Amino acid sequence: MCAHAISVKDLRRSYGSLEAVRGVDLQVEEGEVFALLGPNGAGKTTTVEILEGHRTRTSGDVSVLGHDPERGERALKERIGIVLQETGVEPFLTVAEVIEMYRGYYPHPRPVDEIIEVVGLTEKRDVRANKLSGGQQRRLDVAVGLAGDPDLLFLDEPTTGFDPSARRGAWQMIQNLQALGKTIFLTTHYMDEAQHLANRVAIIVGGKIVAEGPPASLVAAGITTTTIHFHVTADGARPPGDGWEEKDGAYEKATDDPVRELHDLTGWALRHNVELRELTVTQPSLEDVYLQLTGAAAPAESAEPPARGRSRRRRR
Amino acid sequence: MSTVSLTLRQVRFENLSFWRNPASAFFTFAFPLMFLVIFTTLFGDDTNFYVPAIAAFSVITAGFTNLAMSVSFARDQGVLKRKRGTPLPPIAYLGGRVVHATLMAILLVVIVTLFGAAFYSVDISFETLPALLVTLLVGAATFSSLGLAMTAAVPNADAAPPVVNFTILPLLFISDIFIPSDNAPDWLPRVADLFPVRHLSVAMQAAFNPDAFGTPNGFKWTEIGIVALWGVVGIVLAVRFFSWEPRR
Repeated sequence: MCAHAISVKDLRRSYGSLEAVRGVDLQVEEGEVFALLGPNGAGKTTTVEILEGHRTRTSGDVSVLGHDPERGERALKERIGIVLQETGVEPFLTVAEVIEMYRGYYPHPRPVDEIIEVVGLTEKRDVRANKLSGGQQRRLDVAVGLAGDPDLLFLDEPTTGFDPSARRGAWQMIQNLQALGKTIFLTTHYMDEAQHLANRVAIIVGGKIVAEGPPASLVAAGITTTTIHFHVTADGARPPGDGWEEKDGAYEKATDDPVRELHDLTGWALRHNVELRELTVTQPSLEDVYLQLTGAAAPAESAEPPARGRSRRRRR
Repeated sequence: MSTVSLTLRQVRFENLSFWRNPASAFFTFAFPLMFLVIFTTLFGDDTNFYVPAIAAFSVITAGFTNLAMSVSFARDQGVLKRKRGTPLPPIAYLGGRVVHATLMAILLVVIVTLFGAAFYSVDISFETLPALLVTLLVGAATFSSLGLAMTAAVPNADAAPPVVNFTILPLLFISDIFIPSDNAPDWLPRVADLFPVRHLSVAMQAAFNPDAFGTPNGFKWTEIGIVALWGVVGIVLAVRFFSWEPRR
């Protein structure tokens, strides 16, 4: 068994004259949660679908659990679970029946009720798929992906359309899966999701990986400025130093040296007896890094293939 | 699990799904009977013609029309793409659908025949039963494979009913299904014979009325053979053009 669950070298995919993926290198270790981030049209879906075996590549080397996904080998499909953005299940079967059906495709499936419990659908066990809410249907999607007890699970935007508590539940579920030793390849639009779940992230823009690493190290390497924000009520009170932006008594400043700035600011406030309301010191987040890396390259034209539209979401 | 047992397993789940949608199931069965009653009422009680004609129609409905529409729908919903990502062999999934469609065709023909026996005094001869069964099975297999091939020409689920009806309805009218072609100009059955529907219809007529066709055992082998050839055409087209991905 190889140490890399996924290994990609110089992956390229063109659609006619459009080069959607332009030389992607990726390595995903066994047992890690890896998140691929990127704006719509950056080549994210194309990359994931090549790894899943749903699309062919133009060139490059791809190995998924030691197999080339393009060959569509059953031996590989038995070891991976795929949760796509837009996939339906048989609408008239119950949750338990759908999972039972998909279990039968795999040599070593997980027990039905265990899967149902992992995704939190125990109470909906005997409810038909078309009677589930959107979030519950998404959980059923994940349940179907887990039916074969896969070593590697692809999750394409698993929490899109979830309410905040459902998202937390899904995060817990993904963490439980990792605890079971599964490798998880995640794509998401939510930076907090990637920051919370992923051991490593890669950001793809214009068909290329522009940054890769653990979320914390990406943040550290990307933006070093910390933002200090506060609010004063006393008229005419101006904080010391330059660079404060003021609006209606609210001050904000981005700084590379937050310790010194805060020392000066709080010293000034004490001396002049100024109350610093809503004083916050904000570290840059993965989202800031992401916006910085992708903002300039916000694509006007889509690099995704024109067919297979993703705009219309028709499930069941 | 072997491909055969996976296929049979798919049939079981297809069947479970089918009966869970009572409206769809009811009208699938009511449709041929409705046509049988309407046509025999409209065009005099030429039941010797209409019972086998509607039996052929049932085979076409179950195999071609229903399969083309439901597979297009499943493709649009992403069910097919999801299956493609699992180890289930494609042949087991499609085979499961074809076998289920064939079972439905058998059930429909049984119902139409029993209805004909009960209300229109149609004779069921045990001598021609093998011919009826072979015609039915070959017809169901052929029209199922053509139904799967048809999905390649259906851009999306919304377009499935018009596209499928546009291809099959004209043939049903000119192929001795809805109306006997006795009074039609000579060239019309010749045109119809370029397609598989009339061959199935004639083979079915022979299985019900062996004397009129001079086939004592009811086997109209030429017609059955041509229907089977169309089945091969359907398989080749389906293998070449079938799509597992939603296409809009």
